[in-house]
Amino acid sequence: MEHKEVLIIGAGPAGLSSALALLKAGASVLLVDRAPSLGGQLGKQTHMFFGSQKQHASKRGIDILELMMNKLRPFDKQLTILTETTVVGMYKDKVVSLVSGEKYFKVKADAIIVATGASEKALPFENNDLPGVYAAGAVQTLMNLYGVKPGDKVLMVGSGNIGLIVSYQLMQAGVKVIGLVEASPKIGGYLVHASKIKRLGVDIMTKTSVKKAIGNDQVEAVEIWDLDEKWQGINGSERIIDVDTICIAVGLAPLTELLQQIGADVKYVKELGGNVAVINDHYETSLDNVFACGDVAGIEEASSAMIAGELAGLEAAIKLGYTIENADIKIHALRDDLVNLRKGPHGEKIRTGLQKLGVSTC
Amino acid sequence: MRIENHPVLTFEKKKKIPFYYNGNLVYGYEGDTVASALHALGIKVLSRSIHKKRARGFYCAIGNCASCNMVVNGKPNVRTCITPLEAMMDVKNQEGKGQVYGT
Amino acid sequence: MLEKDGVATLDNILDIFPDKIILKKPKAIIECYKEIPCNPCSTSCPFDAIFIPEDINKRPEINYDKCTGCGVCVYNCPGLAITVRQLKDGRVSLKIPYEFYPLPVVDSSVNVMNRSGKVITKGVVTKVQLNEKMNKTALITVQIEEQYYQDAMTIEVPYGS
Repeated sequence: MEHKEVLIIGAGPAGLSSALALLKAGASVLLVDRAPSLGGQLGKQTHMFFGSQKQHASKRGIDILELMMNKLRPFDKQLTILTETTVVGMYKDKVVSLVSGEKYFKVKADAIIVATGASEKALPFENNDLPGVYAAGAVQTLMNLYGVKPGDKVLMVGSGNIGLIVSYQLMQAGVKVIGLVEASPKIGGYLVHASKIKRLGVDIMTKTSVKKAIGNDQVEAVEIWDLDEKWQGINGSERIIDVDTICIAVGLAPLTELLQQIGADVKYVKELGGNVAVINDHYETSLDNVFACGDVAGIEEASSAMIAGELAGLEAAIKLGYTIENADIKIHALRDDLVNLRKGPHGEKIRTGLQKLGVSTC
Repeated sequence: MRIENHPVLTFEKKKKIPFYYNGNLVYGYEGDTVASALHALGIKVLSRSIHKKRARGFYCAIGNCASCNMVVNGKPNVRTCITPLEAMMDVKNQEGKGQVYGT
Repeated sequence: MLEKDGVATLDNILDIFPDKIILKKPKAIIECYKEIPCNPCSTSCPFDAIFIPEDINKRPEINYDKCTGCGVCVYNCPGLAITVRQLKDGRVSLKIPYEFYPLPVVDSSVNVMNRSGKVITKGVVTKVQLNEKMNKTALITVQIEEQYYQDAMTIEVPYGS
């Protein structure tokens, strides 16, 4: 059993930001991630970020990751990073069991930050398990991290930002996006993203969904149909489109399994993506010194995850007894940044969700 | 299936990595995971469901869904989508739930 | 309709399009129709011509007296929602952000698309700009017949092998 001061589970934008805040405060950190590389989703995000300069607006996700890694480099004496390391168990006495290759080991931490992010929701339709049906984020990983095309002709399902952005990235990789279907009557993501792909020839079809995938051991075509006001398929409206790839971008769900295992409060809030970690204004869960930040605490954006991560790191450092210069001012400024990001019409969902959770947005 | 030119990313020519797929010698590149290397070779069926033997393939890419589970170097249930490719790796399709002892 | 298919209506467009007389000089047209938290167009403009308040959700406001049509906002906009247009000699010079491979070639003829993704006419590429500062977003200038000065939005992109 090894003892660590702080264990951070997940090295995406939230995990990396919280690590930096804790390291600056003087804490020593063990940062683990089950993937072979760090950055979570940042490493595949080739598009420019929104927000303000503080959130690196106009910079690409991949470049922001490099910036963050450079900031962590000077702290190599305090920071241990383990990739390809999966947390397999988490217990009430803050003992965590991990598997790294052939090694199984346990860590007891003074504070744990859960920044495990989210995974894509599945969409039920006939043959949705055929090879050729991908989670949209997986296609992004395949293309941008490994340089492999998923196929040649795609149907995108879902018009949230992920569906819209991945459609564009598919085209940049030389893959034709035949169309995008969205079950609801309105486009869910930023309209500028929608306009961008529409003018390049992607057919955006609202009130439309997938009836079934067609193919023998892999996708060869897809049958789509119109939906009525009750979200039911309209018989007779079916049409078949020739595609070899179907991308599912119907939303993300927080990965709260570890928190559930440890007995931390988890609540179902639809607006936040499903079961989310219940945290207080200091990013602490219902368990002492166990914190949560990023998508695991509510589906948002990478920009918000970076701010929330920094806040969770500061709060954890303070709780552990570290003195941080101008802590109040720093925390206040970061909270203001979050409020600003969440202010507009696109922030309505998260504001409603956080209200239901009982967390103040400021 | 490999992207050669990209407006934002640079895909440099990387070292070729030989490995075995169901006994056949094939190649991937440095930086690949087992699943991405197989995908680039056009191999889309990575596993089959236990009861109905339905084809399953690359789905989530983050080690969450188990559709990419294969036998690697004799070990079953390996999440090939998050397993880096190594030279001379022995990759096989898995039959059923996989056996831990023996082959 | 914008929320149904991402296509701005004539009302949306007329709301932000400057008069023809202003377009005698190159000017930025910011087609950011809905509030999102974002302000790089404003912070990147070297002439202080674009205003977004402290609440970065507010839509950008452009001052056409200050705008020189330099194009810096065009490649900084994360939504690729800005173009620069100029009316001259019976033609419109359209400058668009472009993030595809390969880059079009100067003097080549290209298909010009409207906001619905329909090819409406052909244009001639007169300028291709891409340098380090632009961080992988190129600026392509296309000359098109003046009648399309509002409808033209982008050029057809190649699909890989």
